[in-house]
Amino acid sequence: MGKKKKCALQVIMEDAGIEIDGQVESDTESEEDEVKDKAPKKQPLRETGRASRLEKEKQEKDKEEDKSKEEDSCSQQNRTSRRKNCQNKNGDGKKAGEEGSRQRGKKAPTKDQRESENKERKTNKKEKEGENKQKKDRKNSTSSASSDSSGEESLSEEELAMLMEQVEQKKKLISTMRSKPWRMVKKLSVLREAQAFVEKFEGALGKGKGKKLYAYKMIMAKKWVKFKRDFDNFKTQCIPWEMKIKEVESHFGSSVASYFIFLRWMYGVNLVLFGLIFGLVIIPEVLMGMPYGSMPRKTVPRAEQATAMDFSVLWDFEGYIKYSALFYGYYNNQRTIGWLKYRLPMAYFMVGISVFGYSLMVVIRSMARNANQSTADGDDDNFIFSWKMFTSWDYLIGNPETADNKFASITTSFKESIVDEQESNKDENIHLRRFLRVLANVLIICCLCGSGYLIYFVVKRSQTFSKMQNVGWYERNEVEIVMSLLGMFCPPLFETIAALENYHPRIGLKWQLGRIFALFLGNLYTFLLALMDDVNEKLAEEDAVKNITHWMLLGHHNSSAGNSSTATPPPLDPADVPRGPCWETTVGIEFVRLTVSDILVTYITILVGDFIRACFVRFVNYCWCWDLEAGFPSYAEFDISGNVLGLVFNQGMIWMGSFYAPGLVGINVLRLLTSMYFQCWAVMSSNVPHERVFKASKSNNFYMGLLLLILFLSLLPVAYTIMSLPPSFDCGPFSGKKRMYDVIQETIELDFPAFVAKIFSYVANPGLIIPAILLMVLAIYYLNAVSEAYQRANAELKKKMQMQREEEKNKRNKAATPNPMLQDLEDILTPNTKSESQPKQAEDKKTESPTRISPAGKQGNTTALDRSPVTGGRGAAYTLPPHVFTTQPPPMGVWAPYPGQPRPRGHPLGPFPGRGRGRPRYSHAAR
Amino acid sequence: MGNKQTIFTDEQLDAYQDCTFFTRKEILRLHGRYYEMAPNVVPMDYTRDPDVKLPMQLIINMPELKENPFRERIVESFSEDGEGSLSFNDFVDMFSVLSEMAPRELKAIYAFKIYDLEKTLNKLTREELTAEEITLVCEKVIEEADMDGDGKLGFADFENMISKAPDFLSTFHIRI
Repeated sequence: MGKKKKCALQVIMEDAGIEIDGQVESDTESEEDEVKDKAPKKQPLRETGRASRLEKEKQEKDKEEDKSKEEDSCSQQNRTSRRKNCQNKNGDGKKAGEEGSRQRGKKAPTKDQRESENKERKTNKKEKEGENKQKKDRKNSTSSASSDSSGEESLSEEELAMLMEQVEQKKKLISTMRSKPWRMVKKLSVLREAQAFVEKFEGALGKGKGKKLYAYKMIMAKKWVKFKRDFDNFKTQCIPWEMKIKEVESHFGSSVASYFIFLRWMYGVNLVLFGLIFGLVIIPEVLMGMPYGSMPRKTVPRAEQATAMDFSVLWDFEGYIKYSALFYGYYNNQRTIGWLKYRLPMAYFMVGISVFGYSLMVVIRSMARNANQSTADGDDDNFIFSWKMFTSWDYLIGNPETADNKFASITTSFKESIVDEQESNKDENIHLRRFLRVLANVLIICCLCGSGYLIYFVVKRSQTFSKMQNVGWYERNEVEIVMSLLGMFCPPLFETIAALENYHPRIGLKWQLGRIFALFLGNLYTFLLALMDDVNEKLAEEDAVKNITHWMLLGHHNSSAGNSSTATPPPLDPADVPRGPCWETTVGIEFVRLTVSDILVTYITILVGDFIRACFVRFVNYCWCWDLEAGFPSYAEFDISGNVLGLVFNQGMIWMGSFYAPGLVGINVLRLLTSMYFQCWAVMSSNVPHERVFKASKSNNFYMGLLLLILFLSLLPVAYTIMSLPPSFDCGPFSGKKRMYDVIQETIELDFPAFVAKIFSYVANPGLIIPAILLMVLAIYYLNAVSEAYQRANAELKKKMQMQREEEKNKRNKAATPNPMLQDLEDILTPNTKSESQPKQAEDKKTESPTRISPAGKQGNTTALDRSPVTGGRGAAYTLPPHVFTTQPPPMGVWAPYPGQPRPRGHPLGPFPGRGRGRPRYSHAAR
Repeated sequence: MGNKQTIFTDEQLDAYQDCTFFTRKEILRLHGRYYEMAPNVVPMDYTRDPDVKLPMQLIINMPELKENPFRERIVESFSEDGEGSLSFNDFVDMFSVLSEMAPRELKAIYAFKIYDLEKTLNKLTREELTAEEITLVCEKVIEEADMDGDGKLGFADFENMISKAPDFLSTFHIRI
């Protein structure tokens, strides 16, 4: 069989006018390989042939070149006999190849054509086997007829169409080249060949009347591809911290790195939000709005002016900061500002909404992408050992210490599973365990309630504090301190309590995460509730102030009017105007303070809990009575779940607060930026890799899910305040309106033609909205039902497969060879790579050398490169490592094909060009 | 820009970008890494496709691979001569498959090449398991993953198993 192969090759190569000496090695390849790789392998050959002919046929039109394999008739005569020999010997193999080729989507036609071409030339008669071949024949005949003449205008429509199709195929090949499991040399040469082909024939197709559009389209497509690539290059250049993350990754494995990647992602999202808010709200206001001091809402009140620049005041975000563009209250309700007639209130409202819209979109999109990547996660229990064996090593680890930990943890996990396997049902005192679990949950619920109440109490108290003058630093910051402390101490407490429960670590981790989540959420919402009380109080207060302001302004005007001696009454200084409490700014300030104190607490925790502890352990260890490094304090581990949760909640606060404090996103961007560097440094300097290594994979989507939940929960209060609370009368872009969303109606009425308003009023009609909602609900219901049906079908199939497997096993057991599995294992596992690869390497050397010295010119280069995959490249490329279990074809009779499936499911398939998987298919196909 | 021109021509870079999952910058970085390993052997100028191979010993001492228990197998499966020496093309190929962008199917093919049962186990656990344990684990693996019931772990079985593994994509990748 090797002989046949060689024969065929030789013929083709001689056709191409190339002398070869390296094809011997292909003898060692199985026929199957040949069949599988015929198409891609032969293309380079064809290319070389073309290259050699190119000089001769320069005058001829380009088009025919690829197809016209015709040579001088005399040489053809010489070869026919030889070919015939080959052909006869090769016959069955070819047929098998054809069969195989049909299953191989896009490469098949080329190969078919190729084969038909061969056959046809060899037998010198025109067969009509199929549509393709028929066309092929015609092409051949035409091209051979016209090879000396120049008449190539006779390209008929269908030939054109076929050419086009081929070009499309080549293009597809080019675009999928990167995911082909080939050697790089081969990829490169095939790519070059395909590109040349496309180039040539696109030009040909573009010529003539009515083809301009095609040519134009092709050019545009090419430009587009180029642009996309450049853009991608640019994009990857813009991704920051690649090396930093890599460093962390190599020290701590992928799980810790996943936190940093999450952090980076978050930073990107926040940058976009920052751009939105700053570009569309803050900067226009600063540039075009009325300047500071021009009106009451933009001026510090007289009473506060003395201390407005003190650091302690600024630190509380009072004084000048409070009356700056960072907060809601600063904005004016002027409908348009500046010469651009920029509709600031409208922009403010729309940006507030689009912040949420954009975040929702991004989160959901990345969740969907993650979900696509992780295909099936339902059957966790099926592949415990296999997954442990094949996916437990983290390729990113590059640090000896981490590697040691990883080895240890893998070993333990193996041992655990072995023990589990051996005694799956341990009998323990189930009652005690149940009792402990209930107890633990009760304790934790108590903790949660306690922390909730504490926050409520503190917020209430802070309201009384805020009314008093002279309060100390602690009183002013009590809320933030208490919340941060709770966030710091509750999680370890939960962990201690969770030790009672004695769950499996993975389940334990989930519980822990859920509890911390509940804690944070509870805290946040109590905080919000307390804040809401505050807001309601302020609203009541506002009514009173409104009247006072009104009267005062009236009085001022009256007094100046009565005093008619002065020509113009001195205008009331904006600082003196009494003003309402402006609850929006208050809310904004609360959120900013919370965020800032959260940042500080996080950093201090890292500094004290990680860095100082690490220093202490490191340096005091020399003079201490026990080993500090291995013993009690030891170094800190990086707390992934806690950090991620912190980040997620922080983001929730940003989302909630950004409507009332547009500057908050800026603060958050700074925070993320610094924390990237700070945490990277901290983790590298003072943390040790985990002993128990977490799974990084699915948690990614888990975190995203948390983020989505938080996003939704933070949307609620904001939406509530926008929809149902009246905005303050004397501050903010919506002052004077009944509700904030009135700004939309106003814009529609004043800025758009009347019919838009009409349409809008129709659309906003509940009669239309309710059916729309109903429709959506129905769609959701339907999709849900469909997905359930798919799941059921999936489960059914799985069960079927399981049964099939069982049957198979039973059959094998009945055959009762003494454990054939293990015998095979031993056979296969004995290493014999060397013996196989040795001769091949020799051949490689032999074949490689001539290709390298070929002239550097363009033609020569292609020739050399095109040859190498066939000769040198194939040597080792498709030898499977012999340890793999497929080297023996399984007995044919055993396969019981599934109903409705032509080939057995477990039959090796796919694009893998290994000899091991190839052989059985060949024998199967040949039957 | 001038630096780029001397290492690769634009066509070469484009071809590499078509054949791998890398961008231009990453290819140049890869060349940098390749060059670093043996500055006197590897030329800076790759425009004429020099025939240079680095032995396995150099490659597996890269920090990215140094701690990997399968480093020899990885390098072997990507080397053209099967002995572990890598030309620059093979080198690029290797990191392309191991890059983050490579699809699961491609990764599965090479993972199948890299892994073999018993040795994998020994390497993963540093031979701390007893012989019985190893046998047990091997049996379990085959029992779990062998879908066609032929007592061997063929590629189809392997791919099926790997395609469901939650960790495979996140762990079978090396950042360069």
